[in-house]
Amino acid sequence: MQRSFDIAVIGGGVVGLAILRRFATSGLSAVLLERGADILNGASKGNSALLHTGFDAPTGSTELACMQAGYAEYLAIHEKLNLPLVQSTALVVAWSEQEQAKLDGIMAKAHANGVADVRHVARDELRKLEPKLSPAAKAAVLVPGEHIIDAWSAPLAYAHQALAHGAVILRNAEVTGGNFSNGEWTLASKAGPVTARIVINAAGNFGDLVEAMARVSPFTITPRRGQFVVFDKEASQLVDAIILPVPTERTKGVVLFRTAYGNLAIGPTAEDVTEREMAATDTATLERLKARALDMVPSLAGIGVNAIYAGLRPATEHKDYVIEALPERGWITVGGIRSTGLTACLGIAQHVAKLYASHFGALPNPPDPIWTPVPNLAEDRPRPYMQGGEIVCHCERVTRGEIVAALEGPLPAGDLGGLKRRTRAMMGRCQGFNCSAHVEALFREKSHGAA
Amino acid sequence: MERRDVIIIGGGPAGLSAARRLAELGVAATVLERDQQAGGVPRHCGHLGFGWQSHRRLWTGPRFAEQLRADSTALDVRTGHTVLGIDGNVLRVQNQHGINEMAANRIILATGTRETPRAPRFVGGSRPRGVTTTGALQANVYLQNFKPFACPVIIGSEWVSFSAILTCRHAGIRPVAMIEAKDRISAPRPGDLISKLIYGVPVWTRTKLTAIAGQPQVEAVEIERHGKRERIACDGVIFTGEWVPEAALLVNRPKVTLAGNVHGDLKTSGACWREGRAIAEQIARGSA
Ligand SMILES: Cc1cc2nc3c(=O)[nH]c(=O)nc-3n(C[C@H](O)[C@H](O)[C@H](O)COP(=O)(O)OP(=O)(O)OC[C@H]3O[C@@H](n4cnc5c(N)ncnc54)[C@H](O)[C@@H]3O)c2cc1C
Ligand SMILES: Cc1cc2nc3c(=O)[nH]c(=O)nc-3n(C[C@H](O)[C@H](O)[C@H](O)COP(=O)(O)OP(=O)(O)OC[C@H]3O[C@@H](n4cnc5c(N)ncnc54)[C@H](O)[C@@H]3O)c2cc1C
Repeated sequence: MQRSFDIAVIGGGVVGLAILRRFATSGLSAVLLERGADILNGASKGNSALLHTGFDAPTGSTELACMQAGYAEYLAIHEKLNLPLVQSTALVVAWSEQEQAKLDGIMAKAHANGVADVRHVARDELRKLEPKLSPAAKAAVLVPGEHIIDAWSAPLAYAHQALAHGAVILRNAEVTGGNFSNGEWTLASKAGPVTARIVINAAGNFGDLVEAMARVSPFTITPRRGQFVVFDKEASQLVDAIILPVPTERTKGVVLFRTAYGNLAIGPTAEDVTEREMAATDTATLERLKARALDMVPSLAGIGVNAIYAGLRPATEHKDYVIEALPERGWITVGGIRSTGLTACLGIAQHVAKLYASHFGALPNPPDPIWTPVPNLAEDRPRPYMQGGEIVCHCERVTRGEIVAALEGPLPAGDLGGLKRRTRAMMGRCQGFNCSAHVEALFREKSHGAA
Repeated sequence: MERRDVIIIGGGPAGLSAARRLAELGVAATVLERDQQAGGVPRHCGHLGFGWQSHRRLWTGPRFAEQLRADSTALDVRTGHTVLGIDGNVLRVQNQHGINEMAANRIILATGTRETPRAPRFVGGSRPRGVTTTGALQANVYLQNFKPFACPVIIGSEWVSFSAILTCRHAGIRPVAMIEAKDRISAPRPGDLISKLIYGVPVWTRTKLTAIAGQPQVEAVEIERHGKRERIACDGVIFTGEWVPEAALLVNRPKVTLAGNVHGDLKTSGACWREGRAIAEQIARGSA
C-alpha cells in the first residue's frame, strides 16, 4: 500500500470523513487513520441526527458559517448519495411564562443568523399543530427547515465517495505520535507508519491529545455526555415537529424528536464527564428523560422503550469551533466540533479546503465526482425488504442481503457496532432476542472469526 | 388478492397445533411464519422439557419442533412470510418476492412473546459485548455453537432463568450468580436450592443490578445488595424473563384471536400447543 500522501486525516468521525471526501474529490492523495475497529467510533456514533438551520447558533461564529454551508451542501448532494432527508420543522416550546418571555429573543437571534422564516405560534395554533403535546405548552417559535437525517449513512457515504476517489481509510490505526521534518509528517500508528505533507487533526474527544503532537494544545476537551431514550415505532405518530425547549445559558436542553428510523426519541442531556471513550448511561437520568417525555406527550404512557444510548460531545473551553492552519507545521486543527458537527461537517470540510488553498497551495482541478449511493436506512423511503428477500432482523426489517452487503465492499463493517450502524439490525424492540445469534454468525462468517 | 378462511400468524407450537386441529375439523387454514423454518422458540431450546402434553414424550425443544413440522407436512405452512400489518381482515405479507395482501375470515395471532432486554430496563453503564437474553443465548449456544462468555451473571429468577442455567451448563459456561431484586425467587421453590445445590450457582435475592461495566466485553456488573453497592467481576449478563408479548400487529386493534404466549406470560410449550387446539375447535364450531 502507498504510505506517502498529500493529506493525512486523524479521526474517522463524521468531520474527518467529510474532510477526507473533500480532499479526495479535489484530486489530492489522502489517507484517514481511525483508532477504532470501524469508522464512527466517537461522538459521531451517538447523536440526535438533526440537520440544523443554525437559527440558535452563536451569531457570527465559524460554527454558524460551517453549519449553514454544511446544511446547503447536504441538501445539494443527499439524493446523489441516497441519503435521507425527513423534512420537518422545529418548535421551540415555552412551558412557563418566564420561557415565553424569551421567545422574542429567540426570534431575534434567528433573524440575525439569516433564518428569516421563523415565526411565533400562539397556544391555540400550537394545539392544532401538535394535538398530543401537553396542554401545559404555552407558546412556541416555529422554525421551518430543521430536518431529520440519520447519523450513520451520511458519514458512510462520505467515506465511500472518498474511497472511490482513491483515498485510503485505515482502521485499528491509532496515531500514537508524529514527527515533522523537511516539510513532511511521519505518523506512527498502530497500522504502521504513514507519511503526509499535511496532517489534519479531527480526533474529536481526543483532539487536544492529538494536537499536542504539533503544539501545546490551545484547547482542552471536556467531553459533554448526552443520554437518550428511544421509544417504539408507534410513538412516532404522536408528534410531528422536533420539540425543542427554550435553551438556557448552559445547554440547548432536551429535545423530543422523531428519528429517520421511525422512532421517537428524547435527549440529549448535557453532563461534563472525564471519560473520553465510553459513553455510559445511568438509570436515574434515563428515568428522568422518560418522565420528561411523558410530561410533554402524556399519551406516550404505555409505549415501550426500544433503546437507550449516549454520546460524548467534544466540548472545549471555547464557545466556537477551533479550526486553524499552522502553515509552518504542516498541520490543520479541527477541534471542539461539539454539538453540531453532523450538520456542519460538509461546511467544515469546505472551510478546511480553503485554509489549505491559502496556506499550502491551490487544490488540483477536481475530476468529475463519482457518486457512491449508500443503502437507505430511513423509513420515509422504500426499504429493501419491500422488494422481497429474507428478513433476518424482524423488528427493524433488515434483510439478509443488506447484512451481507454491509460485510462486503470497500469498507466492510469492522465490528458488530459497525454492522448495526450500517443496517439497523438488532436495534429494534427485541434488541436481538430473535435475530442476534443469526446476525452475529453472519458477522463471524464474513469477517473470518474476528469479533 | 388471495383469500383464506383462516390465517394463523406464527408457526410456533400454538400456531401449528391450531392449524393441524383445524385441518382435522375440515377448516382450511394457512400458517404464515416469518422465519425460514417453522417450530417457534423450541427450535433453539436444546434442553429436555418438551413434548409431554402433546405427544407424551420427553424431548428437547428442537426434537419437539421437528415433530410439530412433521405433524404439519400436509398443511399450508408458508415460511419466510412476515405479516407486516393487519387492517380489518386484510394482511400485508412480505416474502422472498415482495409484499402482497391476503384476506381471511378469521385471523389467529400466535406470534409468541419475548424477554425484556437491557434497554427498557434502564440498566446503565457501558455498552459492551456479552449482554444478552436467554432466548438469544440459546440460539447462540444450540444453533450456532457459539459461546458468548464464560462467567456471566443471570438477571431474574423466573422459570426461564433456570433454562438459562441449563443452557450455560450445556456450553460449559459457569454463571457467577443469579440476581433477583425481589425478596424471593420468582420461580416456584425449591428453585433456589436446585440452582445452588445442583448447578452451583448462588442465588442473591434483594439484589439489584445497577450498571454494566467493561469495553469491548463485559468486565463487571454493579449491584446493590443489602443497601450496599458492590462490583462483581463477570464477562456477560443474561437478562431473563419479564415477558413482553410480540404484539406489534395489534397496534390498530384488528379483530384477531390470540393463541399461545402472545397473551403475555410465558407458558409451557405444551400449554400453548393445547391452547392452539382449543382455539381451533372454537373456530371450527363457529364457522360450522
Ligand atoms: C449527544 C449528542 C447529540 C448531538 N446531536 C447533533 C445533532 O442533532 N445534529 C448535529 O449536527 N450534530 C449533533 N451532535 C454533534 C456531532 O455528533 C459531533 O459534532 C460530531 O460527531 C463530531 O465529529 P468528529 O468527527 O469531530 O468527532 P468524533 O466522531 O469523535 O470522531 C473522532 C474520531 O477520532 C478517532 N480518534 C481519536 N484519537 C485518535 C488517534 N490518536 N488516532 C486515530 N484516531 C483517533 C476517534 O476514535 C473518533 O472516531 C451531537 C453530539 C452528541 C454527542
Ligand atoms: C429460553 C426459553 C426456554 C424455554 N423452555 C421451555 C421448556 O423447557 N419446556 C417448555 O414446554 N417450554 C419452554 N419454553 C416455552 C416455549 O418455548 C413457549 O411456550 C412456546 O414456544 C410458545 O409457543 P407460541 O407458539 O405461543 O410462540 P413461539 O414459539 O414464540 O412462536 C411464535 C412464532 O411466530 C412467529 N412470528 C412472530 N411474528 C410474526 C409475524 N409478524 N409474521 C409471521 N410470523 C411471526 C415467530 O417467528 C415464531 O416462530 C421456553 C421458552 C424460552 C424462551
